[in-house]
Amino acid sequence: MNDDLELEQERYELFAGPLYNFNFNRRQFLKAFSGGIALIVPVSNLVVRTLQDQGESGRRGNERIPDDIGAWIHIDEKGTVSVFTGKVEIGQNIRTSLTQAVAEELHVPLDIVRVVMADTDLTPFDLGTFGSLTTPRMAPQLRKAAAAARETLITLAAEQWKVEPATVRIVNARFVNHDASKSLTLAEVAKGQKLVKTIPADVATTAVKDWTIAGTSVPKIYGRDFVTGKHQYTTDLRREGMLYGRIVRPSALEAKLVSSDTKAAEAMPGVVVVRDGDFIGVTAPDRETAIRAEKAIAVHWQAPGQPGNDELFAYLKKNAAASLGARPVGSGTDDMTAADKKLSQTYTVAYIAHAPLEPRAAIAEWNDGKLTVWTGTQRPFGVRSELAQAFHIPEDKIRVIVPDTGSGYGGKHTGECAIEAARLARASGKPVKLVWTREEEFSWAYFRPAGVIEVNSSVKVDGTVTAWEFHNYNSGGSGLQVKYDFPKQDIQFHNSKSPLRQGSYRGLAATANHFAREVHMDELAELVRLDPVEFRLKNIKDARLKAVLEAAANKFGWSAKKTEGRGRGIACGFEKGSYIATAAEVSVDAKTGRVKIERVVESFECGAIVNPLHLHNQVEGAVVQAIGGALFENIQFKNGQILNGKFSQYRLPRFSDMPLIEIVLVDQKDLPSAGAGETPIVGLAPAVANAIFDLTRVRIRSMPLAPEGIVNRG
Amino acid sequence: MPNVTTLNVNGTKLRVDVDSQTPLLYVLRDHLNLTGTKYGCGEAKCGACTVLVEGQQMRSCVTPVGRISGKQITTIEGMEKDGKLHPLQEAFLKADALQCGYCTSGMIMAAAALLNKNAKPSRAEIVKHMDANVCRCGTYSRIVKAIEIASGTAKEVAE
Repeated sequence: MNDDLELEQERYELFAGPLYNFNFNRRQFLKAFSGGIALIVPVSNLVVRTLQDQGESGRRGNERIPDDIGAWIHIDEKGTVSVFTGKVEIGQNIRTSLTQAVAEELHVPLDIVRVVMADTDLTPFDLGTFGSLTTPRMAPQLRKAAAAARETLITLAAEQWKVEPATVRIVNARFVNHDASKSLTLAEVAKGQKLVKTIPADVATTAVKDWTIAGTSVPKIYGRDFVTGKHQYTTDLRREGMLYGRIVRPSALEAKLVSSDTKAAEAMPGVVVVRDGDFIGVTAPDRETAIRAEKAIAVHWQAPGQPGNDELFAYLKKNAAASLGARPVGSGTDDMTAADKKLSQTYTVAYIAHAPLEPRAAIAEWNDGKLTVWTGTQRPFGVRSELAQAFHIPEDKIRVIVPDTGSGYGGKHTGECAIEAARLARASGKPVKLVWTREEEFSWAYFRPAGVIEVNSSVKVDGTVTAWEFHNYNSGGSGLQVKYDFPKQDIQFHNSKSPLRQGSYRGLAATANHFAREVHMDELAELVRLDPVEFRLKNIKDARLKAVLEAAANKFGWSAKKTEGRGRGIACGFEKGSYIATAAEVSVDAKTGRVKIERVVESFECGAIVNPLHLHNQVEGAVVQAIGGALFENIQFKNGQILNGKFSQYRLPRFSDMPLIEIVLVDQKDLPSAGAGETPIVGLAPAVANAIFDLTRVRIRSMPLAPEGIVNRG
Repeated sequence: MPNVTTLNVNGTKLRVDVDSQTPLLYVLRDHLNLTGTKYGCGEAKCGACTVLVEGQQMRSCVTPVGRISGKQITTIEGMEKDGKLHPLQEAFLKADALQCGYCTSGMIMAAAALLNKNAKPSRAEIVKHMDANVCRCGTYSRIVKAIEIASGTAKEVAE
C-alpha cells in the first residue's frame, strides 16, 4: 500500500498543490552545477521504495540527467562536499544523521560534508519533512549517491596514476595508492572535472555491521551555535531597511469584516496600512509603532455561531462521512456470538496545540518582481506553491529559504505567515518581518484533530480476541491497523466536519488510535481476569511487537511486586515502520487528585540505529511531549474563539512533570532504519490511563485523562 | 518617563534611544541585534527570554527597559569569554540538552542564575528553579543533567 496516500487522509491542511513538482529540472541543475562531480538521486527513488534502473551508461561520459532530481551530492573543484536536499532541520537532527550517512560512504570526516537544506532555489523539490520519511527514504538514497561518488572519484584517481581502481583507497579524505606512496586530495581529483551521474541501480553501500560513523553518537552539527545564541532562526534575521508587520485579526474563526476605520493608524509617521478584502495589516519602522498602529485600527467583525467543546463529540459523530476505504479482515458473519464476552466502548481525544516555541515567522522581500521569503516551515516547496497561488506569480519567481527552525511537530506545514509577510512587503515596498504572537499561534494555526473512537470487540475466556470492530471519527487513519493477531477485523476511519482548523501533529492519529486500542485491550484483559502483558502476548504473533513488549515489561519489572500506592499500565504498538511499548507508573495525590507520572519505561525499535544519542533524545522528548496530551492539554473553544490560547492558560509539560524515564533501544541491525521522530509519542497516554485504572479503578476513556486530577476515585 | 539612552550589556555600555516602557527583550533583539534572547510567550511563562540582571534571572519580555537601565545585564552572547564557552554551555553540548535549540538560551541563563545563588543545587532544587522554563522538545532530563555536570554534581555523563 502507498504510505503517502494513507497519510493524506488526515493531512487536512494540505489542500493544495500537486503531489509532484519537478521544478528543479535538468536546466536548473546545470545552472547550479559549475564543475567538479555530481551524483544525482532521482525523485522516483525517494518516492518508490524499490530502486529503479536509471539506465546507467558508461562510467566516464556525462549521461542523461533525469528531469526529476530529488537530491544531489556535489564535490566541487575545491574538494568541498555538499549535499543538497529539500528536507528541513527542526530539531530532529537529520542534518546530523544525513551528514553521517554521506561521510560514511565517501570515507571522509564529518566536517568536510556540508548539508544544504530547504532552499527552493538551491535544493531539489521535496514534498516536505514529515511522516518520519527522511531516515527510511532520503538517507539510503544519499548513501547510494555518496558511495557512487566515492567509486567515481576512485576511478578518476586511478586513471591519473594509471593503476587499477581496486588498488586505490580513500583514507581520511585523501586518495592513496596500494603502498600509500602517492596521495591525492579530493580537490586534486575533482579539479577540471565536469562529471554528472545518476546513481547506478546496483551501487553497494556499507553494511550496517561495518558502519563506523553512522550508528555512533555524533553530536549535533552546529551545536555550538545553538548554545551561544549565534544560530539565527527566522525570527532573528534582519534585512536592510526592514519593516515590522502586524496583522489585525478577526474576532473569531469564520468572521467577516463589517467595517473598519484605519485613519488614525495611517496618520502615524512611517506606518503603512494594508487593506485587501478581509485582510488588514500594518507595517512600521519598529515593532512598537507597528503595535500602536494595529491597536489604533477600529474594526467591526461579524462571526456566525459555532460549536464549542461541550457539543464537540456529538458534532463529530453527527457530521461523520461514510468510511474511507474499509478493509475488513476475516470471514463469517458474526464471530461476536462465538465469543464468551463482548465489550463496546467509546473513546475521545481533544484538540491540542503544537505550541512550537518559535512561533510562525517570516521575512518577505520583493526585488524586481521576484519574491524571497525566509520562514520556518516543514514544507518549503508547499509554501512556495501557496505564495504562487496567493500572488498569481509563477513559482520560479519565488524563493523560500528555511533556516534551521525552532521546532514544528507537524504544526508548520502551511504558509499563512509567509503570505501575510509577503502581502505587507509588497504594499510597503520594503522587506517586512512578521512574527506571530503566541496568541496568534494558538488561534490562527491549526490543531491536532479531535476525535471519537468506537470499539466493539469479543473475547474468549482464555484471552483470545475473536473479533475487532473499530471506528475512528475525524481524528485520522494513522496507526488504525492492528499488529495483534485478531482473526476478524473491521476497522474504519470516517471523515467529519471539524469546528476548528486541524492538521498534522507528531504521530498524527496514531496517538488517538493507540489510546483507544490499548485502553480497550486493558479493559478486555480485566474482563477475562488476565494480566495485561500476558493478555497482549496471547494475541501477538508479530515477533518485533512481542520483542518490544517483553523488553519494556522486563525493564519495568512487571513481574515484580507492585509499588505501594502506585498504579501501573502498559501499551504497545506499531507505526511508520517502528515498534514501541510503554510501561508507566503513576501516583495520585490523595488531597488534590493530581496525577503524577512517576516512572516510564519505553522500548523502541526502528531497525538499525543511526545515532544512538539523538535517537535516545528523540524518544525521551516524545515521551515528555506526550505527557501534555495524555494528562492535561485541551483546547477550549466556543463560537470560533480559542478560550485558552496562551501559555498562562494552556498547560504544557514542565520540569516538575518529568517522570523517571528509562529507554530501551532495540537495535535491529539486520532491518532497514525507520524514522523515529513520531512513533515514540503514541504509547504514553494509554499506558498512563491503564495505570490510573490499576491504582484507582477509575477507567478514563478521554484524552486528556485528568486535567483537573482524578476527582471521583472509585 | 524619559527615553533610555544607555544600557550595560555584557560588560559594555551601549547607546540606545528607546521609550522606557519598551520590553527589554525587544531592545536587545531589535535595537542591539542581540538575537540570542528569544520571544516565546510574551507573558513570562516560558523563559525563552531569560537574561541576567545583576546576576539574577529576569524575564526580558515583561521587563520595561526603564526599570533596569544602569544595571548590569548579561545575555547568552555574554556567556562565552575569549572564545571559551561557559561551563553551562559546555555541559549543554555534553548532555545533548537540546533538540531545536530555541529554548536553549533561556535555559542556560536561568541555570546560570540558579548556580549564582546555589553553586551545588540538588536535583529537586534544579527542577523547582527551572520549572518556569519550557522546552517543547522535551529535553528536560538532559537539561537537569547538564546543570549537574556544570555544577559538578553529576553522577555520570549523560547517555
